[in-house]
Amino acid sequence: MSIVDDMNRKEHFRTAVWPTPFHPRTSALNTLNEWHRWKDYTTADAFFDEALEYAAIRNACAAFDLTPMTKHRITGPDAQAFLNRLVTRDVARIKPGRVGYCVWCDDNGQVIDDGTIFHLREGDYRLCSQERQLDWLSRSAHGFDIRMIEDTHEIAALALQGPTSCAVLKAIGCTGAEKMKPFDIAYFPFAGGELMVSRTGFTGDLGYELWIDPPRALALWDALFEKGANHGIRPMGTHALEVARIEAGFIQAQVDFLPADQAIMLDRSRSPFELDLGRLVDFSKPNFNGRRALLAEKKRGSRFRFVRLDVEGNKPARSAYIYNRPKNGEVVGTVTSAEWSPSAKANIAFASMHMPWGRPGDELYAEIYYQRELRWSRVMARCRVVEGAFWDPPRKRATPALDF
Amino acid sequence: MTHYDAIVVGAGHNGLTNAAYLARSGLKVLVLEANPWIGGAAVSREIEKGWIYSNCSYVCSLLRPELFRDLELARHGLQVVPYGGGVSITSNGDILGNYTDEQVQRREFARHNPRDADAYHRYSTDVMRQCKFIRPLLLRTPPDPTSFKPRDIREMMFLGREFAKFGEQFIYDTMRFYSMSIADFLGEYFESDLIKCHLSGSGIIGSAMGVYSPGTAYVLLHHYMGDVDGSIGAWGFARGGMGAVSKAIANSFKSFGGEIQTDAPVARVIVKGGRVAGVATTNGNEYRAKIVVSNLDPRRTYTKIFDPQDLPPAIVEKAKNWKIRGSSGKLNIALDGLPEFPALGKNNPLACGDMHFLDSLEKMERAYDDWKNGTWSKEPYLDLLIPSMTDPTMAPPGKHFMSVFVQYVPPFINGREWTDADREGFKNTVLDQIARYSPNFRSLVRHVECRTPREIENEVGLTEGNIFQGELTMDQLLFNRPFPGYAQYRGPVKGFYMCGSGTHPGGGVMAAPGANAAREILMDLRRPGIVPEGWQDD
Amino acid sequence: MTDRNRIVVIGAGHNGLVCAAYLARAGRQVLVLEAAPQVGGAAVTRELAKGFRVSGCAHVCYQLDSGIARELALASHGLKWAREGLKTVALAGAGEHLVLDGSRAESPALPDADQKAYADYHARMRRFARVLGKQHHRIPPRIGGGGRSDMMTAAALGLDIRRLGRDSMREFLRIAGINIFDVLEELFESPLLKGALAFDAVLGTNLGPRSNNSVLALLHRLSGDAQGSLSLPEGGMGSVSEALAAAARAAGATIRVNSPVARITMEGDRVSGVELEDGEIVPAGTVVSNADPAQTLLRLLGPRHLETGFVHRVRHIRSKGMAAKLHLALEAMPTIARLGPDLAGERLLIAPDPGYIEQAFDAAKYGQCSPEPALEIMFPSVYDKTLAPAGKHVLSAIVLYAPFDPRASDAPARQQMLDGALAVLERAAPGIRRQVIASELLLPADIEREFRITGGHWHHGELALDQMLMLRPVPGAAQYAMPVNGLWLCGAGCHPGGGVIGAAGRNAANAVLAQEKAA
Repeated sequence: MSIVDDMNRKEHFRTAVWPTPFHPRTSALNTLNEWHRWKDYTTADAFFDEALEYAAIRNACAAFDLTPMTKHRITGPDAQAFLNRLVTRDVARIKPGRVGYCVWCDDNGQVIDDGTIFHLREGDYRLCSQERQLDWLSRSAHGFDIRMIEDTHEIAALALQGPTSCAVLKAIGCTGAEKMKPFDIAYFPFAGGELMVSRTGFTGDLGYELWIDPPRALALWDALFEKGANHGIRPMGTHALEVARIEAGFIQAQVDFLPADQAIMLDRSRSPFELDLGRLVDFSKPNFNGRRALLAEKKRGSRFRFVRLDVEGNKPARSAYIYNRPKNGEVVGTVTSAEWSPSAKANIAFASMHMPWGRPGDELYAEIYYQRELRWSRVMARCRVVEGAFWDPPRKRATPALDF
Repeated sequence: MTHYDAIVVGAGHNGLTNAAYLARSGLKVLVLEANPWIGGAAVSREIEKGWIYSNCSYVCSLLRPELFRDLELARHGLQVVPYGGGVSITSNGDILGNYTDEQVQRREFARHNPRDADAYHRYSTDVMRQCKFIRPLLLRTPPDPTSFKPRDIREMMFLGREFAKFGEQFIYDTMRFYSMSIADFLGEYFESDLIKCHLSGSGIIGSAMGVYSPGTAYVLLHHYMGDVDGSIGAWGFARGGMGAVSKAIANSFKSFGGEIQTDAPVARVIVKGGRVAGVATTNGNEYRAKIVVSNLDPRRTYTKIFDPQDLPPAIVEKAKNWKIRGSSGKLNIALDGLPEFPALGKNNPLACGDMHFLDSLEKMERAYDDWKNGTWSKEPYLDLLIPSMTDPTMAPPGKHFMSVFVQYVPPFINGREWTDADREGFKNTVLDQIARYSPNFRSLVRHVECRTPREIENEVGLTEGNIFQGELTMDQLLFNRPFPGYAQYRGPVKGFYMCGSGTHPGGGVMAAPGANAAREILMDLRRPGIVPEGWQDD
Repeated sequence: MTDRNRIVVIGAGHNGLVCAAYLARAGRQVLVLEAAPQVGGAAVTRELAKGFRVSGCAHVCYQLDSGIARELALASHGLKWAREGLKTVALAGAGEHLVLDGSRAESPALPDADQKAYADYHARMRRFARVLGKQHHRIPPRIGGGGRSDMMTAAALGLDIRRLGRDSMREFLRIAGINIFDVLEELFESPLLKGALAFDAVLGTNLGPRSNNSVLALLHRLSGDAQGSLSLPEGGMGSVSEALAAAARAAGATIRVNSPVARITMEGDRVSGVELEDGEIVPAGTVVSNADPAQTLLRLLGPRHLETGFVHRVRHIRSKGMAAKLHLALEAMPTIARLGPDLAGERLLIAPDPGYIEQAFDAAKYGQCSPEPALEIMFPSVYDKTLAPAGKHVLSAIVLYAPFDPRASDAPARQQMLDGALAVLERAAPGIRRQVIASELLLPADIEREFRITGGHWHHGELALDQMLMLRPVPGAAQYAMPVNGLWLCGAGCHPGGGVIGAAGRNAANAVLAQEKAA
């Protein structure tokens, strides 16, 4: 029975969590048997070793099962106008065959979610989001001639990330994949159907995302792992991806920001400027959700600043308070994500700072608690504000893509 | 004649809570109860041998955890067990269930309307914001907006600050929320009629208003603002029935040296020289005390146990105008087995929770029209539970206790008193509705305790059988509860106080009115710090 | 002057005309565009049959702001009253009718206690209504998010309530949110009296007597300067509009009729004018719309120029009308039993008790036309000879309740409602059916069509606590400025709402002028 059929029967509760179309392979490879739930599906935390899975991303390539990500299909004469009103950036500039990263806000200019818009074919869009958005999209659709469905379960998706990922793609028959520029979309014949490939990802490295109808999912996996064996392909779980994400400087809903429509208290949500996403706000568009509020914020100043920090020492600054002095200081911010970066050999963190703190050159200290042999210690680690991503190799952008 | 420091009239859960705190401060306290048993509407009784009924109130969520902990109710025998499930069954055999798992719940909504499934998130967030706002107010005395006393001004400012924390839009939302109908409110979020009626039940339970009546959105909030172990809006069973709540509070009270007398209906509050001097019971006993606290509803308090001469005439007028409007009935049923609901299939966990038979908002509203027209609803709204599926103490193994709360049931039939024949007719209306959804139900029925507002008033003392001691509408909330100018638990006679659900924050087995009243009494006696304030950070 | 300086007012309803007049007086170049062949919107006089004229929608004036009437010199622009201070007669099926005349309730059948209680009630409700009335002239404040002047306005409202005195303030706070049925039950014995008073509370609303908010609706009705006292303009309600139009023209405004606006045009993020249905473009830097909020924002402007949350709120403005309008041209004055000729021209009610109204309401809740409707009946031709040929008469009645979306389709529903109303009328005035020369019944859907009011609600939106003051038309946009540069609302959908007050028009004009000054 397909998940969609199962969902529509009264007894659906007997299957609380669904396997993804890749599950027969991922479960066989998951020697640790470590799983968690991602929306309707089960998804691997780790397969065999977090550190080695991470190493595969940066050194060879790794496959990540992306199926549970929420996807919407938006078509119809007003599709572009609808999206342009929805998100803060100019969607007209995302040409057919291109992908754009975007955020969307409520009327108060507070970020509801971030995601990617795939301009599949002229006037035919896919919107991928972290959170489910059907309600907000439906509310936003009033007055626009569009057709919109959530088609999460109708598409199987894999991320293939790492320096050898293009080589693997070519090996499975995606001839010419190297010509794809970052954020390009291309279609390749595969197993009697069509494989959609986008040069996108969540790791800040050379990488692709592969989109296919679920019945061909296993064939895709098998081809990748067969042809990719000589290119060092590995499966990766969420833990390895998380390290890569933070190195790449990408934010995540529920971690680095709270979706505005889930915020009970007023000061818990953030504007794009407060998430360092000001580049995605295009005021030359005459109207989009949040425009008036964001214009006002521009004038008045933001409440928060989102920064990337290089933290002294090697103890990850998870959930740390940031102070403005090592002693007797005041709390001027909080860490939202933190990891040790194996590639940059740096102790990295994202933090949400109260204005005006977080300027380059500000003296900041993270209050870190850590445990060694069951004994807790506390350090006040000095932090440096870093511009841009912690990991940003040229191969990420190189076109044609390199083989390794 | 015996002397006490304080006498509490009525051993309901609020009276007992109030008494417990007074006793804990060192006062000599007597609780007088008219019935041979304690508990008021939080009571468990064995009417059919082997079965324990929660005769009136039947589920627990609102009971303030601050008080639960402070009065050590666990040590005194109270356990509150959360239950999962809950379902609305439609006449064409479909269902809408409550699942505790977020994803499963979402799929259940999506089965009916995918968009509504996502909208439920937004709805929950918005309602939760209202809960967050109101919860810190539950264990506080409402300020008098007409007063310039420093304390009232301070409390008004507290309220203002709480508002400010949530922002401009929240203030508007709150004004709307408190005055809208539940149907209109839900209509801003949802499209599916079934989802709307499934959620709107909480907006009408205990209230003589229909789903289309402005003001019902607040009633929904009143049912959402409780929690079980921090899960806001969740409900549970008191193990052993709701009487376990009263029993535990009574034990706590007794552990502080308190004294309870049952079979002691109070006839009159004795007033001397403009202040209370004690009470007289109907069996001729008199008890002296300088403090008398009434757990009765405001109308009963000021029209039944006072000599009108002792009261300002305006108070008697206000008591008569107090909106009670009984609207509920209750059936407690002993079953020889577990009834089957074909719409649910076998072993469906949804059956552990509250069940309803719903089709449309219109059908629910028509049930209210019947009440307006002076009869019980022909298609009533039922809140049906089988507590024995969760709590093994309620019925013998393999047998079950079913609690059926019925909305709407008028206090009078076409303006006249209920007759036994009316009650029989009402009972059959309810049993027939259940039987339509459960073919084997009738054959399992062993005993039925049927309570119309008449029985609830006569046995429990709730006027017109109103479970909240008075409607939860804006004119009777906060500083208007029970009456404007008397919302700080003090009555019009020196030494006289109110502590029942007819005072802020109102009905439900919450114990907050009893505790708040105790705090005021002890403030007048200059004994601060005995009654806990609410947890501000939840 | 450039086009940019032009102010276009969409709709020549009374608020649009008031707004235009004030803007023109302030020296602005104002153009009013009206879709209909005549000015007035819902305050119009229309021809029912040859020689018979009747007020099309609103049919009696009880709220017109006296300051506006004075400042715009409406009397000198031709406004005359055919009758002022109308009495209300509650018709009894059998037995004695009840006459409400100011603070007096008169009927031989009325208990003394009720007479006394009525005088108190009359005074108290008017005292409370005055608190609302004082807000009419104020631009509603933003609470929490606004500036200093917003705080002052909010404080002024608080102070107005406080000035009632402690007991009255408490009573005000108690009853403001509740239903009229309960209040009347507390005070009165006579069902006829309670019926009449309940009728006033629910007239034109989506409420039955037992619905909360009905007290507030009553207070709104009484909140005008006339305190609910009723007057008939000579020549029908259209005369009020004509006088307003004359005042606006005298101040320099231009009014074009037969000029329906198709859409509001935008240039970048600001309004650039309007386009008429015939394709003509009228450039303007400022557009003030007297159309209802949904019509203005969703139809004329369009959601794509607005934000999602705002559109959602506008879509959920409760604006479905529940009142039908009945017009009859009559061969002669019908006879109503035990009603003297001296009372025939007064306001007559058929609402024998609150339960009767509630029953009528219940039917309409489910999309049925009330089989036994409650009626407010006027024979305006008694005092105003201009409305009917000599000896003949017109009847104008408001019929409660009519559903906006009837379960039956419109035509049978209209017939049902007409039959129901005529049957009720026939009982009160036997033989009236035979005197009918022409008849017309407007359901809310007809009112929507004819007067271009979304939902056919006279007030452009229900007047309930959740849609009043700073919540009108929608929270966060109650200051007449819409969240699009250069677009304003001035109609009944804004504070202080419907009834022919004119205050929304004047407040909007003030808001436009204040913003110009600030810019």
